[in-house]
Amino acid sequence: MAEKLEIKELDQVAVRFSGDSGDGMQLAGNIFSTISATVGNSISTFPDYPADIRAPQGSLTGVSGFQVHIGAGKVYTPGDKCDVLVAMNAAALKTQYRYAKPGGAIIIDTDSFKEKDLEKAQFKTNDPLAEMNIDADRVIACPITTMVKDCLKDSGMDVKAMLKCRNMFALGLVCYLFDRDLNIAFNFLKEKFAKKPGVAEANIKVIQAGYDYGANTHSSVANVYRIESKHKEPGRYMDITGNKATAYGLIAAAEKAGLRLFLGSYPITPATDILHELSKHKSLGVTTVQCEDEIAGCSSALGASFAGALGCTSTSGPGICLKSEAINLAVILELPLVVMDVQRGGPATGLPTKSEQTDLLQVLYGRNGESPMPVIAATSPTDCFDAAYQACKIALEHMTPVVLMTDAYIANGSGAFKLPKMSDLASIVPPYVPEELKGKWTPYMRNENGVRYWAVPGRKGFAHILGGLEKDNATGAISTNPENHDLMCRLRAEKVEKIAVPDVEVLGDKDDAELLLVGFGGTYGHLHAAMDEMRAAGKKVALAHFKFINPLPKNTSEVLKKYKKVVVAEQNLGQFAGYLRMKVDGFVPYQFNEVKGQPFVVSELVDAFNKIYDK
Amino acid sequence: MSEFTAQDYKKGQPRWCPGCGDHFFLASLQKAMAEIGVAPEDIAVISGIGCSSRLPHYMATYGMNTIHGRAAAIATGCKVSNKNLTVWQVSGDGDGLAIGGNHFIHANRRNIDLNMILLNNRIYGLTKGQYSPTSPRGFVSKSSPYGTVEDPFRPAELCFGARGHFFARCVASDAKGTVEVLKAAYAHKGASVTEVLQNCVIFNDGTHESVYTNEGRKKNAIYLEHGKPMIFGENNEFGLVQEGFGLKVVKIGENGVTEKDILVHDAHCEDNTLQLKLAMMEGPDFPIALGVIRDVAAPTYDEAVDAQIEEVKAKKPYHSFEELLETNDIWEVK
Repeated sequence: MAEKLEIKELDQVAVRFSGDSGDGMQLAGNIFSTISATVGNSISTFPDYPADIRAPQGSLTGVSGFQVHIGAGKVYTPGDKCDVLVAMNAAALKTQYRYAKPGGAIIIDTDSFKEKDLEKAQFKTNDPLAEMNIDADRVIACPITTMVKDCLKDSGMDVKAMLKCRNMFALGLVCYLFDRDLNIAFNFLKEKFAKKPGVAEANIKVIQAGYDYGANTHSSVANVYRIESKHKEPGRYMDITGNKATAYGLIAAAEKAGLRLFLGSYPITPATDILHELSKHKSLGVTTVQCEDEIAGCSSALGASFAGALGCTSTSGPGICLKSEAINLAVILELPLVVMDVQRGGPATGLPTKSEQTDLLQVLYGRNGESPMPVIAATSPTDCFDAAYQACKIALEHMTPVVLMTDAYIANGSGAFKLPKMSDLASIVPPYVPEELKGKWTPYMRNENGVRYWAVPGRKGFAHILGGLEKDNATGAISTNPENHDLMCRLRAEKVEKIAVPDVEVLGDKDDAELLLVGFGGTYGHLHAAMDEMRAAGKKVALAHFKFINPLPKNTSEVLKKYKKVVVAEQNLGQFAGYLRMKVDGFVPYQFNEVKGQPFVVSELVDAFNKIYDK
Repeated sequence: MSEFTAQDYKKGQPRWCPGCGDHFFLASLQKAMAEIGVAPEDIAVISGIGCSSRLPHYMATYGMNTIHGRAAAIATGCKVSNKNLTVWQVSGDGDGLAIGGNHFIHANRRNIDLNMILLNNRIYGLTKGQYSPTSPRGFVSKSSPYGTVEDPFRPAELCFGARGHFFARCVASDAKGTVEVLKAAYAHKGASVTEVLQNCVIFNDGTHESVYTNEGRKKNAIYLEHGKPMIFGENNEFGLVQEGFGLKVVKIGENGVTEKDILVHDAHCEDNTLQLKLAMMEGPDFPIALGVIRDVAAPTYDEAVDAQIEEVKAKKPYHSFEELLETNDIWEVK
């Protein structure tokens, strides 16, 4: 997360530190606001002292809070509700939860949620989250006390002194979540404890430990990435992250198609939340198998599709490498399969928690043989729903694996999602083999869209074998006939080419733009903001943002050739630009490429685009 | 009696080398299926890559000849999403234990109701004669001209180590013995592993020579049957007894040994210690164990998945996508 961008993106964010009076919440909050102010954010803070001056430790009346509101522009208030609530004990959670935004993240010290703590905080059960109806997904539950003690075990400090550092662990974790520079905190502490260098050193050590804990566990806060403004369109809304929206898209599509939803998956940052989300919804018949590896995740999904389910698999770039073999099998078997690639920084393990668009060519071409496959790239957290739904529809209706690309940024980001109605969603009608073809049917017989029919096991008279060996187009038997192989390669390619996708829309000055911005997938928000800023400054600028990557929309060539100057901006070294150049004859765009693992910074985009504009 | 005959499961003309164990096994599998009586359209035969993985092409059932090593993983998705299907997963020693070793152990551990067949000829045939993970140490092949310097897997050991609940062994050329264990494998609910000792006439001829003929099996094998004493030999003159931590071959009638002293096979015993010892027996000192060595009932993954879905359905208030949406914090823009 880039500091500058983060704040621009968020506009503003509020964090509330709460705990026992002696827990040092003010100090943690002060340091956090200081760090933010130092990097140029505007701040507003609000100390919330306990009702009783000397309330018993751990009691409801002894809770103290400190809210920090930071913003890119001017912030005028400490914020009504907070995006992140730190609750150092059970009483703090009980009293402070009311200040948390719906869906906001909550950090708790699980060591202060023992039976005695719960009793003091007047919980009736030993499950405070359930009792308060708090979704566990929002909670970063961390044994802070234990880790602080462990971290300082060699410091020579007594336990009481050690426990005074718990607030710094929480601060370190919050700093990780918001990508704050710890050095500023370190300097602050060195100054504050100039006469007690031991104390400063201990605090610094614990801040670092909290920060590392966040990094090691890939802690994330959905709301940190809020990038969509509230819709003005009337309707009922919920806040949704990209990963959750993706999961919802699959659920809706399976229900529409009347199929069992099967997810084969292996945990991987930043895609795991899709597995988490789908695993919850067994009451909808969703089946999730956490497999032994990425390969089995994809393979089991393909097996499920063969058996008549909607087979899906979720992963990130490294997982795509491993799944490629089974994806390729799906290409030649011509079975539905939805592969979700929540992109992160690469190559190899790369930057697991960061965001890039560097998997594009991998998903398009990273398989042996002629292996055409539809690719869809979601453009925002809420668009993940539609993109996932479309991916399922295409996979099922065209009997093909489909890759749905998202990225860490939109997957963890959230937006206001207008609740869809099932009746408004497009129909999904898989090409089941018609009964009247019994006796005449062969496995690679195709319908008018060039799609082979689906004969699900259990149907009498349609028993057949599929396989990874090339098949004869007419009989479905294994064939090495050169003409047949050439034909099959073409038929598979044509099938994908024939998939109808909507035209790419041109936004902004579509009739007279001097410069057309082009992007794909998760950078939509940034490119749109950059266009808005340039147009506000009197420039003639348009944006064509691609969601359907393969096949490309029919009007792609026309749009790309219409404008004097075109710049393709992407978070890689030019993969989409190269792809478009291959697909559109004579297309030579300007390029803006950045691979920092961080979202674009709008002001940097504007600067770069202005230079091109003024050339 | 089943309404089906072996013919109902046959398709096409197999293209394996003449004399290949795959021919024998295919015929036995079709015969077993006819006796079991599951309709061809309710069966999926799923293989990976290798000579033996061609098998689904010769079955009149639903089938998939997939990619190298992944058959067990693909079969897992098949069975878990559609438990009405009877799933047979066919692999060779390379497909199942080398590239597919991970999926083999995890399918066993999860206890997915798959009938897993491991055709073991201790060689890579399709790639023309390299050693496999079941080839013995020192084995000379095209990729080990000076002999291998590694120990082989014993499939039973791997199956037991992965907490498998069913292990049987047969010899491809022994139709009767093969049909019997295949029927038992089908009857077992959960993952079953059937090791088929099979000859490769081209690249590893004679690898299971000691038990490949009727005469050989009389001398060198023991057919294990649950509840029956472990007696073997051309004239049923030998038996197995336990001695210390191991097994011992004794001659009945000698040194006061009577039939009563002979161990009785217990395939249903949860503790697999003795079953493993039986499965690990090797010539010339011991007979090779054939038949159902282990067959222990345990909850299956696929049934547990469906049971959990039903359980959660009864507990949770939402059963459709639109009902799911309502479980979120919602606000209205007017």
